[in-house]
Amino acid sequence: MVTAGRIPAVTMRGITKRFPGVVANDQVDFEALQGEVHALLGENGAGKSTLSNILTGLYRPDEGEVVIQGKPVTFRSPRDAIEAGVGMVHQHFRLAASFTVAENLVLGHRDAADRGLLLEPKVVEGRIADLSRRYRMPVNPRARIWQLSVGEQQRVEILKALYRGARILILDEPTSLLTPQEADDLFQTLRLMSAEQRTVIFISHKLEEVMAISNRVTVLRRGKVVGTVMTKETNQRELARMMVGRDVVFTQKKEGPAKAERTVVLELRGICANGDLGTPALREVNLSVHGGEIVGVAGVAGNGQRELAEVIAGMRRRTSGSMAVSGKPTRGGNPLEAIRRGIAYVPEDRLGTGVAPTLSVAENLVLKSYRRPPISTGGLLHHRRIRTNAEEVMTRFNISARGPQSPTRLLSGGNIQKVVLARELSGRPRVLVAASPTSGLDVAATDAVRALLLQAADQGDGVLLISEDLDEILALADRIAVLYGGRITGIVERQKAAVEELGLMMAGSTGAT
Amino acid sequence: MIRIERRLTESRWLLLVVPIGSLIGAVVLSGIILFFTGHDPVDTWQRLLDRGFFAPGALSASLVQATPLLFTGLAAAAAFRMQTWNIGAEGQLYLGAVGASGIGIALSHQPAGVIIPAMVVAGIITGAAWAAIPGVLRAYTRTNEIITSLMLNYVAGLLMNYLIFDSHSYWRDLSTFEARVFPLGKYLSDAGNWPNLPITGIVIPLGFGLGIAAAAVLYVLYRSTTFGFEARVIGDSRAAAHYAGIRTRRKIVAVMALSGAFAGLGGASEIGDFRHVLDPRGLQQAGFGYAGIVVAALARLNPFAVVVVAVLLGGLSNAGFALQGATFPAGLVGTLQGLILFCALAGELLVHYRIRVRRPAGTAPIAPQPQASSAAGAGPA
Repeated sequence: MVTAGRIPAVTMRGITKRFPGVVANDQVDFEALQGEVHALLGENGAGKSTLSNILTGLYRPDEGEVVIQGKPVTFRSPRDAIEAGVGMVHQHFRLAASFTVAENLVLGHRDAADRGLLLEPKVVEGRIADLSRRYRMPVNPRARIWQLSVGEQQRVEILKALYRGARILILDEPTSLLTPQEADDLFQTLRLMSAEQRTVIFISHKLEEVMAISNRVTVLRRGKVVGTVMTKETNQRELARMMVGRDVVFTQKKEGPAKAERTVVLELRGICANGDLGTPALREVNLSVHGGEIVGVAGVAGNGQRELAEVIAGMRRRTSGSMAVSGKPTRGGNPLEAIRRGIAYVPEDRLGTGVAPTLSVAENLVLKSYRRPPISTGGLLHHRRIRTNAEEVMTRFNISARGPQSPTRLLSGGNIQKVVLARELSGRPRVLVAASPTSGLDVAATDAVRALLLQAADQGDGVLLISEDLDEILALADRIAVLYGGRITGIVERQKAAVEELGLMMAGSTGAT
Repeated sequence: MIRIERRLTESRWLLLVVPIGSLIGAVVLSGIILFFTGHDPVDTWQRLLDRGFFAPGALSASLVQATPLLFTGLAAAAAFRMQTWNIGAEGQLYLGAVGASGIGIALSHQPAGVIIPAMVVAGIITGAAWAAIPGVLRAYTRTNEIITSLMLNYVAGLLMNYLIFDSHSYWRDLSTFEARVFPLGKYLSDAGNWPNLPITGIVIPLGFGLGIAAAAVLYVLYRSTTFGFEARVIGDSRAAAHYAGIRTRRKIVAVMALSGAFAGLGGASEIGDFRHVLDPRGLQQAGFGYAGIVVAALARLNPFAVVVVAVLLGGLSNAGFALQGATFPAGLVGTLQGLILFCALAGELLVHYRIRVRRPAGTAPIAPQPQASSAAGAGPA
């Protein structure tokens, strides 16, 4: 690890930013030194993004001051921030997909060397080559963005910031879409940058990577700074406590699942399906899930995960292959059939698909059971039963909302996910398909959701956990299948799974079975 | 600097205060215009209220205007609640009128007890069928229903014209020489004229009573049936509806047909209650279908509010007819009516959005507000 200098590159004092109904940053003091990797740790909603948006000129603070390299600054726009040497890599990249890497780098940027409208591709490409060599970020300047992998696109974003002379680089959840190998490469690059006395502000809620990469950590909770600690002098447990305000023990699957009655509840044979663009997204997928078992599906996003979940839930037609629930074949392509056959589904898009956002919590809780008694008889809804059902379920699943009648969209992400899970599990399913069930949730909610998944497995449901979070899969799954390019490239038992091997399979090399 | 922000929650008192504020705004604005055009604002307002509602017989006359607006308002509300944009109540009303007058003529020798129910059913069926066309196109070919339903209004208008002016159709009266030179539709027999329901001196058309019943049906349908529940889920999120196993395409056709049924019933009422003959020009001049969209919007798609708004707008337009004359030009009447609608709709904006005025110093001009809907309490992370 590189030793950091003593000179502050960024100092933020007494930053307060209010939004209607929320104080996103409350008297935040933050300091990052030159040449250090400084992690900004906090749950969702802790105020990390607001703070970085203030630092990059996207928001203006209501109170407080920002000092860059010793000079007080007032950013009126992101352009001011770029000129002061602050660059940001957003979680969702801001690149023009049909432009080349070189074009993206100069887009909207004017510097002394090439005034005027004419681009000088040779000069630009030369500089890109220099930068990418220096920081070990191989990328072809002439490639178009849409041709690049997520990891490569991220490199382009970092190069863009460096090209514009960023001395201070902010990365917002940079590893969330990367494979383990890509994340390692990124960390290499960040270390090289800090060795050159550039400052890296690394926003994350993953403890492991914060421990691995940073020199110091500032923890935010509910808009306030809990503290700043040296990474060397702390540990994951302490950071987690600072972040959540209490001790956290992540739920883990117990070793040796009850294998007493391992009947196959879900059987997929040779499933093929097309993606939204009509191109093949799933190729010959074979997979079986037993009752009481959690099967994890790992893989980088866009390799057929969503399509797989949708085919099982009847929301997408398969083009060939067969699927059976508890031994009985299904026709497929019909969500109602899937619901009736006991397939519960927690979709990745929880607010638009998992719930109807403006309908009440009570209504969303009966979204799949409204057709039958006791919720309705002869086409007439029983409002009182809908309400008592909601009250009962909200207590049982610990859903906090102003009341059963409040619009679901006003709930926090964790509570929305609990609404979805509560509804799906109270339908007494045989199979539970959960797609990225904890993405974007804070630590406490993540833990609650994981506990519910384990509880479903304990009750004898077969659980298919589709997640990009390898740690989550390793913590919960009995068996792990890796999906790459629409194919299952390998299935391993959890006990035998090595992270490196899984990472290779996620990147396309066929692993051992 | 002034910004318009969406309100996080809509408070109840605003629902009361804003309409009153809108009304005051309308009175003030129109008062200024009346004053500068040389009319006494107070006197004009008094006459407007008198002619619309309070003078003897005024309310009865206003109900004549209100009845079709009630039906087209319900038609719009039924579809808009599911975020299905049926702009075709106009054409569906014409078709309802064609269907109801056709049956009325065919059964002219039957007693009222046969003719009137037959006309009601015919209006419902033809209106529903006409609306089902854009519904099917929307559901199965993903055609934009706004455009198709709007275009079908012109088709329906031309169809009516054809039946009366350009052909020797069943609907056209060819019994006399004059009728052959000056095209006219066949009149209903006396038994086919819908009765009124006289209550305490106000003449209530049968159609208006049917409209109130229809409003009640719509209310119950959306509030207390699985049909309405499914429609609301679809209106909120089509992906969530698909996920919940709702057959969205059938539902779209069904709701469009329901919407068209209301408009078609309005057409039947126009024939049975008031015109007693298929009158293409009169129906097309009235523009009830388009006005129904305004009614539904002002009523916030609440069926019972549609009844109230339809009566108010009916009174307004009836008073307008009474008001205009040599000293009071029709254009000024239209201006007054427009101002009232404008203020009412502007008030709507204030219920859902708020205007914030802030000093330029210390503002965040380009800060995108965190969407309450998407962040859902997570707030700016």
